[in-house]
Amino acid sequence: MYDIVNYEEAGTVQEAIRLLQANPRARLIAGGSDLLVKIYKGKITDAELVSLRGIIALKDISIEGDGTVRIGACATFSRIAGHPLIRKHVPVLAEAVSRVGGPQIRNIGTIGGNICNGVTSSDSAPTLFALNALLRLEGADGTRVGPIQDFYLGPGKVDLRQAEVLTEILLTKENYQGFGGHYIKFAMREAMDIATLSCAAVCKIVGQNVIADFRLALGVAAPTPMRCLRAEEIARGRVFSEELLLETGRTAVTEVNPRTSWRATREYRLQLVEELSKRAFKQAFVKAGGVLL
Amino acid sequence: MITKKINCTVNGRQVSIEVDIRASLLDVLRDSLHLTGVKKGCAVGECGACTVLINGEPYDSCIYLAVWADGQVINTIEGECKEGRLSKVQQAFVDEGAVQCGFCTPGLIMSTTAMLQSGKKFTREEIKAELSGHMCRCTGYQNIIKAAQKALED
Repeated sequence: MYDIVNYEEAGTVQEAIRLLQANPRARLIAGGSDLLVKIYKGKITDAELVSLRGIIALKDISIEGDGTVRIGACATFSRIAGHPLIRKHVPVLAEAVSRVGGPQIRNIGTIGGNICNGVTSSDSAPTLFALNALLRLEGADGTRVGPIQDFYLGPGKVDLRQAEVLTEILLTKENYQGFGGHYIKFAMREAMDIATLSCAAVCKIVGQNVIADFRLALGVAAPTPMRCLRAEEIARGRVFSEELLLETGRTAVTEVNPRTSWRATREYRLQLVEELSKRAFKQAFVKAGGVLL
Repeated sequence: MITKKINCTVNGRQVSIEVDIRASLLDVLRDSLHLTGVKKGCAVGECGACTVLINGEPYDSCIYLAVWADGQVINTIEGECKEGRLSKVQQAFVDEGAVQCGFCTPGLIMSTTAMLQSGKKFTREEIKAELSGHMCRCTGYQNIIKAAQKALED
């Protein structure tokens, strides 16, 4: 039995906010694949839960008139990976979330839970960082929308305020249209593993091989997921070449701060940062329609 | 103890039961409904031994709260054998010698059954990916994949 002392189900986001206001000890549960394990392991005791599972609107994936792709925070990884809108407009996100755990975990785990968990090894975060995703947060004082980068405060710490609910992930058209993207999860196993290092690159080209835009994001390279802004700056406006790849990889290494853990040493991760940045950039370039010479 | 009444369908049978809010679906299936073919392995969603189908999709029942089962259609290994006849997937596992200690088998059969019911075609690599949420500690993977291939061929 899980150490749960109270469990309530919200039918709407407003009801979830009210339940959180009424009980400051309560925490939100979506898929539960992280939270229930924390309870099982005793990291959370006397859990008081407010479930978001009954809020149908939070599972929605849709596109607005202006081309903004909206992903409900409670959309599962399976649903995102298989959704025609995601596969059409942001296939790199479908690829990335297909690397989470295994099929059973992807059927229950949600993208909002993955973000709010705040871990640097999240399989959705690097791609969402690279796509300049926006998060919509609803609370008692109203709604705020902000970049995902600002939401991550530290390991396991996110800017989710008291009685606030992450409701949507927004991908604006100018941030995905015309981009090719690639995600690499480096782990010891092909499934049911946590990334030793992860890397997402998105790239837009003009002509056959000029980099019009490039964004590079990493997981497990620092206490939170991160962007490599200097590496991005170096690549923009340049003609794609092996030399440019080397330079981008070398620059990315100067921006990161990985740690030594039982999965890998800092030194090993630094090598992975350089190598995976190059590989992801190259694949993103090809997927953007770039021609390798 | 706080309980909640849920109504669900388990192996084709309507079930109305009072469940503890602390219980996992696995706890209720095993301890209240006595469906002990659903195995408890790691209890944290890593091994797949407790896999059941919920509305036709595989889930780890250990990290699925029992209260969430309200209104759902659940299938366990106990519902697969009908009138003394093994299902196509079960028979394939027998034929290919895909069972060693048997602890992972119910979960693997449920995931393979979900694949069969989807009506889709799967390559060997796709089968491996679909079954990647299961661990066989006897390491009998080759025969398990062969059994799944056999069950999924026309």
